[in-house]
Amino acid sequence: MGERTVEFEVLRYNPEKDAAPHFQRYSVKCREEWVVLDALNHIKESVDPTLSYRWSCHMAVCGSCGMMVNGEPKLACKSFLRDYPGLIRVEPLRHFPVERDLVTVIDDFVAKLARVKPFLIPQPGAAQAGTGEYAQTPAQLKRYKQFTLCINCMLCYAACPEYGLIPEYIGPAVIALGHRWNEDSRDGGRAQRQEELAATNGVWDCSFVGACSEVCPEHVDPAAAIQQVKIKSTIDWYTEHLMPWLNK
Amino acid sequence: MARSNKPIVWGPFAAGGTLTAFLSPALILLTLLAALGHAPDLFAYDRLHALAGHWLARLALAGVVFLSLWSAAHRLRITCYDLGVRADTLVASVVYVVALAGTGGAVLYLARI
Repeated sequence: MGERTVEFEVLRYNPEKDAAPHFQRYSVKCREEWVVLDALNHIKESVDPTLSYRWSCHMAVCGSCGMMVNGEPKLACKSFLRDYPGLIRVEPLRHFPVERDLVTVIDDFVAKLARVKPFLIPQPGAAQAGTGEYAQTPAQLKRYKQFTLCINCMLCYAACPEYGLIPEYIGPAVIALGHRWNEDSRDGGRAQRQEELAATNGVWDCSFVGACSEVCPEHVDPAAAIQQVKIKSTIDWYTEHLMPWLNK
Repeated sequence: MARSNKPIVWGPFAAGGTLTAFLSPALILLTLLAALGHAPDLFAYDRLHALAGHWLARLALAGVVFLSLWSAAHRLRITCYDLGVRADTLVASVVYVVALAGTGGAVLYLARI
C-alpha cells in the first residue's frame, strides 16, 4: 500500500464571492488504492473544508459523484488514482450550470425525466386474475433489464455533444428510462411516453454519436435504447400515415 | 409536444445504412473482380447484363441505389449540423436533391438496358 503525492486542479466557484469560476491547486499525499472521491474527501477533511461536491454511496450505485476527471465524464468513486499518472483536473459535469464548486444544477434533467413518466402505467388485463400478480418470463425481463441499471448519474448528458448544442434535447438517460418502461410487458403507457420520446426534441435530436454509451458506468447503452426508439417510432409513423387501415 | 415527422427521412436513412453496411463491401469486391477479369462465370458481364434486364432486378437495383444515396445524404446533413453548419434546411435540400438526382440517373440507365 504505497503513498504518492498527487497534484489536483479543482474548479472552484462560490457565487457569493467569485465573479467567475477558477482553478485551485491541491498537492496531497494519497494512498495508491484511492479513487478520486477519496482524495476529495481527504482534501475536504484535512486541507480545505470549503470544497463542495456531491457524493453518497462510494460504490457506483447512487450516481451522485459524476464529474469531469481530466476532461472526461466519470464517477469520482470509480476513477482510480493509479490510472492517472500526472496532474488530475477535476471539474463539474459539462453542459450543466455550476451551483458551487463541483456541484451542478440538475433541474433540467429531473424535469425531463418526469416528462417520460418513468414508472409503471399498468396494462389493463396484464395482471393475473385472482392473484393480481403480473407474471413475466425471463425473455420478457431480458428485453428491458439492461435499461433498469441507469443510476441517473448524468455522465451521458455531459458526454453528449447534441445536448450541448440543443439544450431542449431530452437526452440519453431519459430516453433509456422511458424505453425501459415501454419494453416492460406489464406496462401500457407507451402511447403517453411517445408524445415526448417521438417528438423532435425526443430521439430525433440524436445523431448517434454514441458517446453516451461509452461513458456509461453501468453499461446501460443508452445509444441502443435511442436507436430502438427511433426504429419503433418510424414504424409507428409509417403505419399511422401510410397504412391507416391498421389503426384501431 | 407533437410527434415528429422525422421518420419520413430517417426510415430510408436507416434502411440504406443497413443495406450499405452489408451490401456495399460485397458489391465493391465483385465489381473490382469483374473489372479485372477474375469474376466467376456466374458474374460474367453478359449474365449480369441479362439479369439487369429483368424488371424485378431493375427495381431491386434502383432501390439499392436510392437507399444508399439517401443514407449518405442524410449522414452528410447530420455531419454538417454537428460541424456547426446551422443552415439545416438548405443543407437538407441540397443533399436530398443530389440523392434523388442520382437515383433518377440510375433509373434512366436501368430503363435503357
